[in-house]
Amino acid sequence: MAAKSADDLPEEVQSWIGQDRYTEKTGFPIEMGYVLTTLSATQNGNPLYWDEKVANELTEGPITLPSMVSVWFRPHDWSPGRTEPAVALQLHFDLKDRLGLPEAVMSDNTIVFGEPIRPGDALTTTQILYSVSPLKTTKLGTGRFWEFGVRTVNQKGEFCAEERYTGFGYNRD
Amino acid sequence: MSADLLMSDVSEGMDLPVLEKDVKPVTVVLGAMASRDWRPQHHDYKFATGNNGLDDIIMNTPNLAAWFERYLTDWTGPKGRLGRIKFRMRDSVYPGDTMQFAGKVTGVESTGKGVGWVDVAIELTAGDKRCVGCEARIAVPEIAEANPWKLKGDDWKP
Repeated sequence: MAAKSADDLPEEVQSWIGQDRYTEKTGFPIEMGYVLTTLSATQNGNPLYWDEKVANELTEGPITLPSMVSVWFRPHDWSPGRTEPAVALQLHFDLKDRLGLPEAVMSDNTIVFGEPIRPGDALTTTQILYSVSPLKTTKLGTGRFWEFGVRTVNQKGEFCAEERYTGFGYNRD
Repeated sequence: MSADLLMSDVSEGMDLPVLEKDVKPVTVVLGAMASRDWRPQHHDYKFATGNNGLDDIIMNTPNLAAWFERYLTDWTGPKGRLGRIKFRMRDSVYPGDTMQFAGKVTGVESTGKGVGWVDVAIELTAGDKRCVGCEARIAVPEIAEANPWKLKGDDWKP
């Protein structure tokens, strides 16, 4: 449940609340290479990911680690023709810009998981703004809290995950 | 990795086995690269200490999420299916730290589909530092024949 939004927001920001923004497709088909590297990085011996027989029995074939959902949407560090660095979570940066709040931190991160993501899947994400708070003063400075989500579906339109973030954008006092 | 945990093995208030891991520079860098996180505070000591005022390069959040998942499925076995995870960052994890994951069951609930939900609170500490607090909800079979990965649609409500 999203918090009630402030009523003193710029009209443009107000219009974003509850609307889908930045619908984006994965830049490459989901693959197991990053999964194996993540398993190696975390010394994770779960046979669901290492043993094809276990994967066939439990999940009808290989799947990726649920906690890796955000990995598939992080932009390459470089790609041809790009002149500006790509950023994940563009909505967060838009809010900083439009609300004149140059500093920001993320306080909470919640991920809800649905259908497993499988190698070969083509995923789509949509960023959704749920709420923006009135101005508040914290030990960091004066600014606003915002709640937004990134919803991921697969090529069949099945819900795979939603990541929910709470950010605080602020000016140092 | 344990054999498959059943709901009958779980009770509210029980502790999960503690996991301890020493963090080396490669732990941080490998985790950041595996999660496609190219930001310099995860691989560039001079940037991390000079620009960000940190003590060293730091573990990145998506990789810590993968560590939490590993901690949970070490306990449940491969049938454990993560439904929801929430975490709050409090302090950084650096090379030279020893990460300690400690969890406690805070709730158990049956779905009526041969599968139950287990709520777990996990603290990631490093020495005196309380680095990350995590709340997770993971599905576990009630009977040996049940498989949480088979649940779909309205039967899967984490």
